[in-house]
Order: sequence, then C-alpha cells, then structure tokens
Amino acid sequence: MQFMLLFSRQGKLRLQKWYVPLSDKEKKKITRELVQTVLARKPKMCSFLEWRDLKVVYKRYASLYFCCAIENQDNELITLEIIHRYVELLDKYFGSVCELDIIFNFEKAYFILDEFLLGGEAQDTSKKNVLKAIEQADLLQENRPRQFFFLSAQLTTEKPL
Amino acid sequence: MALKIVKGSIDRMFDKNLQDLVRGIRNHKEDEAKYISTCIDEIKQELKQDNIAVKSNAVCKLTYLQMLGYDVSWAAFNIVEVMSSSKFTYKRIGYLAASQCFHESTDVIMLTTNQIRKDLSSPNQYDTGVALTGLSCFVTPDLARDLANDIMTLMSHTKPYIRKKAVLIMYKVFLKYPESLRPAFPRMKEKLEDPDPGVQSAAVNVICELARRNPKNYLSLAPLFFKLMTSSTNNWVLIKIIKLFGALTPLEPRLGKKLIEPLTNLIHSTSAMSLLYECVNTVIAVVWLSVLKYLGLLAMSKILKTHPKSVQSHKDLILQCLDDKDESIRLRALDLLYGMVSKKNLMEIVKKLMLHVDKAEGTTYRDELLTKIIDICSQSNYQYITNFEWYISILVELTRLEGTRHGHLIASQMLDVAIRVKAIRAFAVAQMATLLDNAHLLTGNTQHSGICEVLYAAAWICGEFSEHLEDPMATLEAMLRPKVATLPGHIQAVYVQNAAKLFSTVLCGQEGAPADSKVAQETSQLLIDRLPVFVQSDNLEVQERASCILQLVKYIQKLQQKDVEVAEEVTALFAGELNPVAPKAQKKVPVPEGLDLDAWINEPPSGSESEDEGRKTKGKAVFAREESRHTKPRYTEVDEKELAKRREVRKAEQANNPFYIKASPSSQKVRTASSPNRQLVLWMPMSDQYVKLEEERRQKNKADRKKDKKKRREKGRQRRGDSGPESEEDITPAHMVDIVTEEMPENALPINSSLTSRCITDVCDIQGNLHDGSQVVVSVIFENKCDSFIKSMEFNVMDSLNSKLQRPEGAGPHDSLTVPFHLPPGISSEARFIFSVQSIVMPQKLKGTLTFIVKDSSTHEKLDFKLHFTCTSYLITTPCYSDAYAKLLESGDLKGSSLKLEGINQPFHHLLARICFHHHFSVVERIDSCASMYSRSIQGHHVCLLVKTADQTVSIDAKCDEPGLLRNVLDEIKLTFSQC
Repeated sequence: MQFMLLFSRQGKLRLQKWYVPLSDKEKKKITRELVQTVLARKPKMCSFLEWRDLKVVYKRYASLYFCCAIENQDNELITLEIIHRYVELLDKYFGSVCELDIIFNFEKAYFILDEFLLGGEAQDTSKKNVLKAIEQADLLQENRPRQFFFLSAQLTTEKPL
Repeated sequence: MALKIVKGSIDRMFDKNLQDLVRGIRNHKEDEAKYISTCIDEIKQELKQDNIAVKSNAVCKLTYLQMLGYDVSWAAFNIVEVMSSSKFTYKRIGYLAASQCFHESTDVIMLTTNQIRKDLSSPNQYDTGVALTGLSCFVTPDLARDLANDIMTLMSHTKPYIRKKAVLIMYKVFLKYPESLRPAFPRMKEKLEDPDPGVQSAAVNVICELARRNPKNYLSLAPLFFKLMTSSTNNWVLIKIIKLFGALTPLEPRLGKKLIEPLTNLIHSTSAMSLLYECVNTVIAVVWLSVLKYLGLLAMSKILKTHPKSVQSHKDLILQCLDDKDESIRLRALDLLYGMVSKKNLMEIVKKLMLHVDKAEGTTYRDELLTKIIDICSQSNYQYITNFEWYISILVELTRLEGTRHGHLIASQMLDVAIRVKAIRAFAVAQMATLLDNAHLLTGNTQHSGICEVLYAAAWICGEFSEHLEDPMATLEAMLRPKVATLPGHIQAVYVQNAAKLFSTVLCGQEGAPADSKVAQETSQLLIDRLPVFVQSDNLEVQERASCILQLVKYIQKLQQKDVEVAEEVTALFAGELNPVAPKAQKKVPVPEGLDLDAWINEPPSGSESEDEGRKTKGKAVFAREESRHTKPRYTEVDEKELAKRREVRKAEQANNPFYIKASPSSQKVRTASSPNRQLVLWMPMSDQYVKLEEERRQKNKADRKKDKKKRREKGRQRRGDSGPESEEDITPAHMVDIVTEEMPENALPINSSLTSRCITDVCDIQGNLHDGSQVVVSVIFENKCDSFIKSMEFNVMDSLNSKLQRPEGAGPHDSLTVPFHLPPGISSEARFIFSVQSIVMPQKLKGTLTFIVKDSSTHEKLDFKLHFTCTSYLITTPCYSDAYAKLLESGDLKGSSLKLEGINQPFHHLLARICFHHHFSVVERIDSCASMYSRSIQGHHVCLLVKTADQTVSIDAKCDEPGLLRNVLDEIKLTFSQC
C-alpha cells in the first residue's frame, strides 16, 4: 500500500498515512486530487478506480471516506478488507467510533493504524493482537493529558482557599 | 520537586491541548487561518520551554496542523527532542510526529540514528515497537545502512510482537539499502516457518513483495510456499502466496500444472471474495488454457446481453481470438462479434472478418465466417449498414470464395438489397454486370459449386433493373454465352427470362436512333441464334421459356424487317416495377365499402357451438363452420327475430367470458350502429373443467337476459336516457369505467330543440397503458341520437391532483379538447383521451363537461358527466402460473386483507367468473370450493386472492403489495356482489 487517507464528505482530511517518502508539496497535490475524484463519484459506483499508475480503493463509512492507494498488481478486495478491519479496530477501541472520535483523538487513530499496518503491509491479521498491543502501550502511557488537566483544575480551585 | 510539578501543571492549565486546538479550529470556521497562526505562535512559545510534557503537547498539535496542510518542518528538531524522551507517552508522540512530518530530505534525521538504535534495544517492547513503526515511515538509505544489523537482530527477538515488526520493516530496509538483503535473507526465510502466525504472515508478505520485483531469485522457495499454501488457512497469507505463484509460474511452467488442483480447490471452497479473485487472477495469468479463453468468451456473450457497452471495449481482444488455433474458440468469438456490432464499428469488424475469410482454411470454418458476415450485416433489417455500396461490394467479394455452400445466401442478400434499396440499384447493376461477365470465374472447374447461385441474383438484377446498365448489349451477350447452358436449370431459366428483359431495353436504346434499324435486327438475330441451345435444355422450365421467347423474338424480327417500331410494345411486356411488399402491407389496404369481412356468411348454429368453441382450436373452428353449412337447411327456418335474439345471447356470452379477447374498442365501436356483426374471435386454451362451468353460467345468463330484455323493451321507449342500442347495453358490464351521464332536466334546457338533440356518451373502456404505469386511456363513444348534425364537440374534465387529462403541449390546464369529428344524426363514433394518473391506490370520480353545437339551432349546449375510475380499472388480467404464484406469496412482500360475503347463493364457478370478468382477475388454480386468483395493476402491483366458499358464505383472503389498492379492490368486489 502506498498511502491511506481518511477524509470527510466535505473534503476535510482527517488522517493521512504515507508509506512512500514524498515531499509535502506532492502529498498535498495528491490529496487534493484524490479527494476531489473520490467525492465526485456516485454512491453506486465501484469502489475501485485507476489513478495515475496506481489503483485507488475507497469505501465510505458514514460521513468518512477511507481511501487507499495500492500498486497495480495488488488485490483490491483485500485492500477493502484492510479498510474494513481498520474500521473495526477503531470501533472496538473507541466503542462505536464516529468521525469526532478520530478528529479529537487523532493520535490514537494513528497508533491503531500503526499497530495494524506497518510500511503499508498488514502486520497482524488478528484483531485481538492489535488491540492488545494498543491497550498495553496505553497502559504505559501514564498520566494521560485529560486526567492531568483535571488534576490541575482541582489545584487551581483550591488555590484561593 | 513537588512544587515544580505543581507549577508545571499550572502552566499546563493555560496551554491548549490537542482537543482544545481541534475544538478551537472548529469554532473559528470564519477566521481559521488567523486562529491557527496564533496557535502556532503559542506552540512556538511552548516549544521553548523545558517541560517535556509541554513540548510533546506542542508537537502533538503540530502533527495535527501538519495534516491540515501547515508547514511544520521548522519544528523538526523539537520533534527529535520529544522522540528522545525517556517516557513512553512522549516518545510515542514524538515518533508519530516524526513519521508524519519527516521525509528523506529532512536533515535532522541524521541526528536520530543513535536515539533509534537505543530505542530498538530498549527492554520495553513498546519502545522498540514505536521506534520500528516510526522508522518504517521515514527510513532513509543512511538509516537503513546504519540500522540494518540492529533490525536483523530484532528478527530473532523473543517477543513475536517485535519479530513481526522487524520482519516487515526489513522490506523497507531492503528497498533503501539493497546490500542488506543477502545477509538478511536466510533469516527471513527462517521466519516463513515461525511458530507465530503473525510473524509468518509478515515474512510471507515481505518475500512475496520481493519476489514480485525479481521472481527469478525466489524460485527455490516454491516448494516451501507450496506447502504453506496447502496448509495455511489464513486468507491474507494465501492471497500473498497465490500472488507469488502468479509471478513465479511464467518462469517455471511446470508449476502451473501443479497449481491447478490447489487453486481449483480454493476457488471452490473459499467464501472470501478477495481470495477467490486472487485465485482467478492467478489462474488466468498462469494457466492461460484454451478452456479459459472459451469460458471467457462464453461469459462475455452473457454479459453482452445485459451490458453491451462493457463488452464492446474488448473488441480487439475478441478479434484476436479469431486467430486462435482452436476452431471452437473462433466460433465463440464470431458469436460475440455478432452482438457487438454497431453502426460505427460494423465496417471495421467486417473488414477484419474478410481478412480472416481469406486466411481461413477448411471450408466449414470459412462458410461459418461467410454466414456470420452476412448475419452481422443483415441483422435487424440492415440496421447497422450505413453504406450499401460497401455492402454490395462485400457481397461481390464473397463470391470469390471457392467451394462455398452458401451461394444462395449471398444471392438472396443481393436480391434483397437491390430490390429494397432503390438508391443502390445503379451500383448493384453495374457490379452484377461485371459478375455476369466474369461468370466463368465463378463456375470455373467446379460446376456444381454453390457459388454459381449468385449468378441467379446477378442475372435477375441485371434484367429487372436493366435501365441502369451502361452497356446492356454487352450484358445481353454475356448472358447468352453457350457456357451458360452448363449452369443449373433454375439459373438458366432466370437467364433466359432476363435476357428477354434486356432485349427489350436494348431495343429501346437502339430504336431511338433511326439509322440503327439494322443494329436492332442484329440484336434480334443474336437471340435467335443463341436461344435454340436453351430450347434443347433438359430442364422443362428453361425449355418452355426459351421456346416461348424464341418465337416472340422471331416475330419481332419479322416486324423489324417491315420497319415497324416494336420497342415500345416489347417493353410493355415487362412494364411495371417489382416492388418489395412489407409483411404488414395488407393491413394498409382499405376494406372496400360495404364489405364486412367479419360478418358471417352463414350464421353458425348457436346451440351446439359454444361447446365447440371452448374445446376446439382455431383450426377446428373452421371445421365446425363447415359442418354448419351442411346442416344448413335445418336452420333456414329460424326466423329473423330468433336470429337476432341469438345474436344478443352470443354477444352477452362473449362479453361475460373473461377468456374472450374483445376486439380493440375502436373496431368494436365503429360497428355498434351497424347491422349484426361478429367480432374477431381468438380462443385461449382453457381447461375442460373450466369450459363446463362457463357453459352452465352462460345458460343461466341466457335465461336471465331474456327476461331482462323484455322489460327493457317496454321501458326503453319511455325513457329517453336509455343509451345506445341494446347490444351495447348488454356489454356494459365489460366497461371498466362508466360515465354517468347526468341528464339535464328537461325544463332547464334553453332551447326546445335540445329535447331531441341529445348526445349520449358512453365510455367503453379505460385501459391502463402497459408501457407506462401512469397512463390510462379512456375511450368514449359519442352517439348522436337526435336528427340534427352535431359539431364542434369539446371535451373537458376537471383535473384532480391525482388524475389529469393530458392536453396537447401549449394548452392551459383547464382547456378543453376538441373531439376530432362531427356527428351526423344517428351515428356514433369513438374518441380516446389519455389521462395521467399518479396514484392508482384510490378510486376517483372526475367531473367533466361536453359542449357541442347543434347545427340547426347553432347554439352551444352542455352535457355534464362523471368519469369513474375504479381501482379495478387499473388492474389488468394477467395470467399467472401456480408456481410463480406460490413464489410470490412466499416472498412475504405482500400485505394481507380479507373480505366476507354473506348470502351468496350462486354457484362457486359463477362467482369466480364474476370476479374474473368484473375485476380482471385470472384463476390460477381451483380445487373444489377454493380457488386462487391473480391480477396485476398497471403499475405492477401484484394482487392475489384466495376465494373460499361454504354455505352461502364466501371468504376472500387477499394479498397485495399495496394495501390501499387492495382495500379498494375488495370494496369494489363487495359492491359487485351486493348488486346481484
């Protein structure tokens, strides 16, 4: 897989993962072009399209488009399955995931993706393993920012006393 | 220390974290850029602080901004700082930021080498994991070179979590630093048999990707992969392996054979589409067997029927298949081509086919090609041919084929085109003349070859359209060559006949110039010289024609010698053009006045006949009529009155018979006023059982009707409003919609003459338009019952939201429609009006008016009426087979409803017949006192009834996909039975 993009129906990019080294300028150009192409397609149309020398596989979940670019010999259907697996993982992790989850916890979405795909290849086909790895890593991440913030909020309210 | 933490926390309170940033951006939709630039300023401040938590928070925000398209390369060093944090929380953010923001030209990457190495060897597997993940995104050749050994060591890590990541990242390392491949490969190969399935699949992934780039080096792994393929159940792994084999097989053809079995097994057993797809892909790439080609073409021909366009794009591929060694594949391809032809590509395809004709060996295939070319060109009445000259030349070219059996096919095409396409005749004649001239080439050595059939066509075309010939004399000469006598008899006959036609043309040309009477005589002499050969022919036809024409020419020559101009008279022999006659042409010939083709010559006996009708097919009906002629004397005694009565009865029976297809309303109506007539009868097969009950019903009806009629006759005189002739009245049950003619009160009429001038309207038919579920055709019969001429009739209906009268374009919504005829006294005529109906669920009544002018008084008069669209009138009697019916009911799409009718004392079959007749149902099945019935609305709703009867109670269980429609239909059924 060359890259994966998540974008909203309005064309706002929500997540991007590039497995090929490209300059920011190129990335932007590709993103703009692909978002336009995919959004212009009707819901009944096929999920695959040939784009430059690549194949683009996309699927829409609610308001979010998941879009992958794969090489010509790659299997489109397995790519669809990868997308679906990723959505399942997000869903398990966030509990019925929605677009806002991904916007506000975008780093988590990346962590999940990184545990699932590495260098554009699926590193583990087992959902359980991926989620276990994420949970373990999360445990390591002591004092999560949110809690930290509440703690400090308490401190401030105490201060005047 | 504690204080420092608290202080840090307090600082943090004022910072935005990622969530705040996202929220802020969402709240500043209008001035997003401005908001973000202040945020970036804040971030810059945060990055200047020592607190790593603050820094990592800033980096995290930057990663988000980077995605939104903002340049964050200035913070690369800060990212490295965060990456280097000893805390996993920050390290994770740092690596994420790096993997998103760094690329090969980011110079700070060099600084990360040691940090990454440290992380890779961290005792915490998640530190290592994060480092590997990050590295996979921003690995550079330098990093790859420096870290290859470290990663290789990790491939043997105790934790599978690390092993699989290390294995996968090795692929990236190989790409950036190919030298690492050789030392790492043995270990990679080991990983194919790793106990952990994740590591194993990672290794398969990497090796497959490598093999795709350079398959040759991986052939040695084939047995190992083969073992994996047959043992693995992981679809993801299988797909990769199969892809790998797809790359390997071209190098090792023996693999292909070995693969077929496991691949076929997989194709049959797997439920995963993606795996199936991969198998099929590989099968096609690997084992390009002719079988597959054949199947592919076969599949295409199926696709062609539904998606012609998608197949057409593969035209070239299909044309290539014509070169295949295998004949059955070629024939399949030909079949496909037939369906692919369009106006645009016809010439191209035929051109290619002609090339193949030249190349083709073996007459069977060549003949097949020939017929296909003709089929392709002539399909759907030459729909795709844009240039007939081209087609004629193709046909002429085809005649050059030796030994084909299809001469007659070409010949009939030539004739067809030349006769039907007038514009092409001159060209065709020229071509045919050449053909005739070169006839010896065609007949050649093989005298009985089928191709000489084309000469038949050529001779006929040249003769018939000889006025187009440039040099008729030359052609005439060619047609009378002695060699012609060796042709088959029927061709010779045509030659002789057309030689005579040519002769007349030649004479015409020659006599124009006065000095040429000699030449004309010579022409005659030519015929006289050459024809005797044909007179001696062993073929009767040839002999007869030749001797006849010979005598004629001799006589002409005699006249010529007396300087009599004969050309004109000779031409008269063949005057008049032969025109093609379309199969439907007969219909266009008007029936002469006074001839009623439908009238019986002899009235058939009514008693025994109805039984015959049901059982006998059309052919037998003819027989029955003949029989009646034999027994005619018996019936001559029946007086006129009796006959009239029988006619009535018959009509009533027909009208009440649901299986009786009535003639179209127009033909029926035109005749209403005329004397006794018979309608076109088409009999549908029906079961004996049903015939019988129909019979009983008719008997009863007959009796009823007699009574009824008497009554009416008395009343009819008194009541003005009684509409139409009685026969008309009797058919009224058949009317799907009645117009209620609102009678004008006598004294309300402005002019007394109107008392007698009355235009009775009677709607006969509302027909759903089958092709358009929203259209209903209403046929209205206007009968003038007064003594004056009625004209300028205008028909108008108040539209409802649901039903609208369709008016011509440009007319306003309330404009009335002019009835396109005048009515002389006593005449009735029919007009049709189209209504568009949106919903057919509810019955409708539309109010309308008819205005007209009575000629004598020249005043406008008005007649109000109501149009009643019942739901029944939207139903169309549609036959349904019991299995289809059962399927329909099982489908569960239909909603049920039921109806009970009490006190019905008519026999069950009467009841069924009534429902069939009045409500357009057909009986699907009947068992004892239970029957299933079916009908369909013009918009395709299915209506199913189950009718049961017991002790004067009839229960109807009904199902329909539109509950509203069903309810109304049931109400209407109820009404029908309450009236009787």
